[in-house]
Amino acid sequence: MDFSQQFPIVFASLNTGFLQTLRLFAITLIGAIPLGLLLAVAEMSSFRPLRMLIKTIVWIIRGSPLMIQLLIIFYFPGLVLKNPIWGSGETGRFAAASVAFVINYACYFCEIFRGGIQGIPVGQEEAGLVLGMKPAQIFFRVKLLQVVKAIIPPMSNEIITLIKDTSLARIIALQEIIWAGQSFLKGSGGISGAIWPLFFTGIYYLAATGILTIVFAKLEKKLSYFR
Amino acid sequence: MPILEVQNLRKSFGETLVLDDISFSMEKGTALSIIGSSGGGKTTLLRCLNFLEKPDSGIIRVNGETLLDASASGKADFQRNIRLKRLHFGLVFQSFNLFPQYTALENVMLAERMLAKEQPDWKERKQARIREIREHGEMLLKDMGLQDRMNNYPHQLSGGQCQRVAIAHALALNPDILCFDEPTSALDPELTGEVLRVIRGLADRNTTMIIVTHEMTFARDVADYVIFMDGGVICEEGDPREVFSNPQQERTRQFLSHYSQ
Ligand SMILES: Nc1ncnc2c1ncn2[C@@H]1O[C@H](COP(=O)(O)OP(=O)(O)OP(=O)(O)O)[C@@H](O)[C@H]1O
Ligand SMILES: [Mg+2]
Repeated sequence: MDFSQQFPIVFASLNTGFLQTLRLFAITLIGAIPLGLLLAVAEMSSFRPLRMLIKTIVWIIRGSPLMIQLLIIFYFPGLVLKNPIWGSGETGRFAAASVAFVINYACYFCEIFRGGIQGIPVGQEEAGLVLGMKPAQIFFRVKLLQVVKAIIPPMSNEIITLIKDTSLARIIALQEIIWAGQSFLKGSGGISGAIWPLFFTGIYYLAATGILTIVFAKLEKKLSYFR
Repeated sequence: MPILEVQNLRKSFGETLVLDDISFSMEKGTALSIIGSSGGGKTTLLRCLNFLEKPDSGIIRVNGETLLDASASGKADFQRNIRLKRLHFGLVFQSFNLFPQYTALENVMLAERMLAKEQPDWKERKQARIREIREHGEMLLKDMGLQDRMNNYPHQLSGGQCQRVAIAHALALNPDILCFDEPTSALDPELTGEVLRVIRGLADRNTTMIIVTHEMTFARDVADYVIFMDGGVICEEGDPREVFSNPQQERTRQFLSHYSQ
């Protein structure tokens, strides 16, 4: 098969893989942002044991490779507990990968949110208080937008990293785009020994990170009317 | 009846006693100026009056109503109706503390809108109320000489203009007593004049004010009464002309001598 014959087959396969990549990306954001917020609130609690617990969790998750976390979450229930909750299909692998990514990214987001909230000068809170505002009003009307503005740069970093990190799910054979590209090396759809599909996956990542960069720049510009 | 009575106010941070048995009172429509060396407890006193700090003991009474009896009350008591208690006082911070994402006018309107929203008639009168609040905010800013600056964001304003917005902010809810914590200390010397002029204007209209300041000439001219604080106690107090020209305490004399040169 020459290149022009290979291309449509590879293209279709990579598209399918990239869809799975995007699914994992979306699920991670949808799960990790609220969970991260929850963790951040817990980490700022006045109850010391809770703070310590969150700090420990965050340290363990951020201090160890996501790849190991993926492997543990995927294999631990079946191999150690003899209770293979994930099953053996793609659905199970996707569920396991989602859990690992949501937990991992929630910990990173947690630290960003906490930093953003604690970085707002106390004067803002106190100004709201002496004006008779309720704590909830102060949070939503005074602090929230300032926090959002402050966390856009670190969040955009993390989110761009996330799109690339999804490729780690290859380790548990999730059929994302790297898996799809690699399959043509071993042989798939009548093509084997082809390395270019794997290289070609880079284009997809570049397109995705390019779009994300533009979106975040727009957002940043939108909030540049105040300092 | 005095508008404000403070009795035996005490506050310590850990081991350090910062306010030691502070008592004073003031009449409606007068300006009280508090002067004193750095670390003397002036800011802490204003923060206690605005319920940003909980005193260890003492009484705060406004218009005869006891807002705080710290020795009798626990933390829960201190928190109860704290918002309503705070509304008796306004506070202008040294560092303005404006909300950066709102224009000058939106800043001034925000607190009043939040309060109006809690009224039962908010839903049916919403448009009319917002118009009233806007007109009130515009009037306050005009009063501060900021009619051309109402739609600017804080970062587009000079320090002096920011501080004048902050004063309008604090006046918006008609507090009984307006407190200033060194309102000009964060400003370049050429900008202090415009802020002091505005405060002087408030004094001329008999706004009840407590002004913590290092501007001695201003304190002498504007205040009806002056308190000199040092090391958490009131060292000397009285008519400003008396205290400034003829201080009775050695400590006051020393302090004032730094400013006369
Ligand atoms: N939150 C705090 N925790 C611990 N100590 C504090 C706190 N706030 C103030 N202090 C201490 O209380 C003392 C009085 O401080 P305060 O700010 O009231 O003085 P001040 O008279 O306003 O001084 P300045 O003229 O410098 O503004 C200082 O010794 C200060 O270090
Ligand atoms: Mg001070």
